[in-house]
Amino acid sequence: MTFIRKLGALSLMGLRRTGRLGLFLVKTFIFAVTPPLKFSQFLKQIQFIGFQSALVIFLTGAFTGMVLGLQGYYTLSRFGSAALLGPMVALSLIKELGPVLSALMVTGRAGSAMTAEIGIMRITEQIDAIELMGLNPFRYLVVPRFLAGILALPLLTAIFDVVGIFGGYLIGVKLLGIGEGTYFGEMANYVRVRDVIEGIYKSLSFGVLITWVCCYKGYYVGFGAEGVSKATTQAVVLSSVLVLFWDYVLTSALF
Amino acid sequence: MIKIENLYKSFEDLEVLRGVSLQVERGEILALIGGSGHGKTVILKHVAGLMKPDRGNVYIDGKDVFRLSRDELEQLRSQLGFLFQSGALFSSLTVFDNVAFPLREKTRLSEQEIREKVLAALEQVGLGGAGEKYPAQISGGMIKRTALARSLVRHPGIMLFDEPTTGLDPVIAHTILDLIKSIHQDLGFTGMIVSHELARVFQIVQKVVMLHDGVILFVGTPEEIMASRNPIVRQFITEALSIPSSARGNFPRDERTD
Repeated sequence: MTFIRKLGALSLMGLRRTGRLGLFLVKTFIFAVTPPLKFSQFLKQIQFIGFQSALVIFLTGAFTGMVLGLQGYYTLSRFGSAALLGPMVALSLIKELGPVLSALMVTGRAGSAMTAEIGIMRITEQIDAIELMGLNPFRYLVVPRFLAGILALPLLTAIFDVVGIFGGYLIGVKLLGIGEGTYFGEMANYVRVRDVIEGIYKSLSFGVLITWVCCYKGYYVGFGAEGVSKATTQAVVLSSVLVLFWDYVLTSALF
Repeated sequence: MIKIENLYKSFEDLEVLRGVSLQVERGEILALIGGSGHGKTVILKHVAGLMKPDRGNVYIDGKDVFRLSRDELEQLRSQLGFLFQSGALFSSLTVFDNVAFPLREKTRLSEQEIREKVLAALEQVGLGGAGEKYPAQISGGMIKRTALARSLVRHPGIMLFDEPTTGLDPVIAHTILDLIKSIHQDLGFTGMIVSHELARVFQIVQKVVMLHDGVILFVGTPEEIMASRNPIVRQFITEALSIPSSARGNFPRDERTD
């Protein structure tokens, strides 16, 4: 009996939390498309999520492109198609690695900070204070991060892709001796606009996912410092897993 | 006027409020006293609409707080000031910007008018020179005073004070309570105050409510509570006022519980 009761309580709690997570997204979306937008907060978040992530995205992109160049060259050489290194590097980056790795890096760098900051504001009653001034905390805390995430992720992904392609170029062309014309020429032949759009869609949806989960975890944080640390860990783990899961769903269902 | 009717609230298995009813008349300050964990802060948060009760109602000027639309609640809250136990200052803003925040966001005053109001509010709480500092750079007493300035800057009709003196040394605690008293004399707000500084608080308030185990044990004036014969009330008042044990002999022996 106790077991069934516990199971019931757990299921109800899971259901309630899922509902709350869903409602959180709906509310965020409604407040995001209705004025007023806290523009200064939005700019601040663009700077934090976007600009300040640029270096780490640059480094990750460069090394990913370089390793793709190296691995790709050796694999393709076995089949005598090393000339296709350019499109291989570009397609891997544009369709998969760019959006996914950028999203994971942003989750680790900005998502965790988002959860911690909102969580600390919750436990120190700053969110209650905003509400008591007759203001809407969603407009101050969640919407600016949400919109900044949606805007920043595709841009960061674009940086990742471009830097990665040049990383591959550095290894493939400069180190391993593939012709420069071959590397970029084949790339132009094989990479379609549709592939680029696919990557943009992915990174847009990852922007939604990361800011949604990380803001939610901070907004409904538990108690004290321990609550914030738990929420931060959960936010990073959940966003990362959801990014990978959603990447699979998008790839298999849409393209 | 604040009217609380039959309020019940539990957190998981813990019943914090078990049918609390009370009334605060316009212009009156009421002190909520009682041991820690007996639901004082929970009552304040219900009045502010930050918590929803399991049962019961809270009326402010005749309006049911829990049945208001989002806009109506925002409207109501713009006439309400809340001093949080922790101060709840925005850590990313300076003292000046913290106090200016509600004015910038909720009024159409010019930056010059806001500046004048904020400086006057900071002057009133004795923080004239601290405007450029961040909350992390100032002491606990200064945080409380900044929070007081922020909650009063829009001249609210209702003020809720959640332990305004906890964690402060006696001198600063007295300064803050004196400030509340003088501001009440100037603005005449309706207020509720949760505090353990009974000696000073009794000089400010017109009514005292003592909570015990989620129910109201006593309602009356400060003079009446001092004369109460209820043993639990007596024990609490005696200990809170730190009357030396020799002085406790004044109380009738049969009603003492210790």
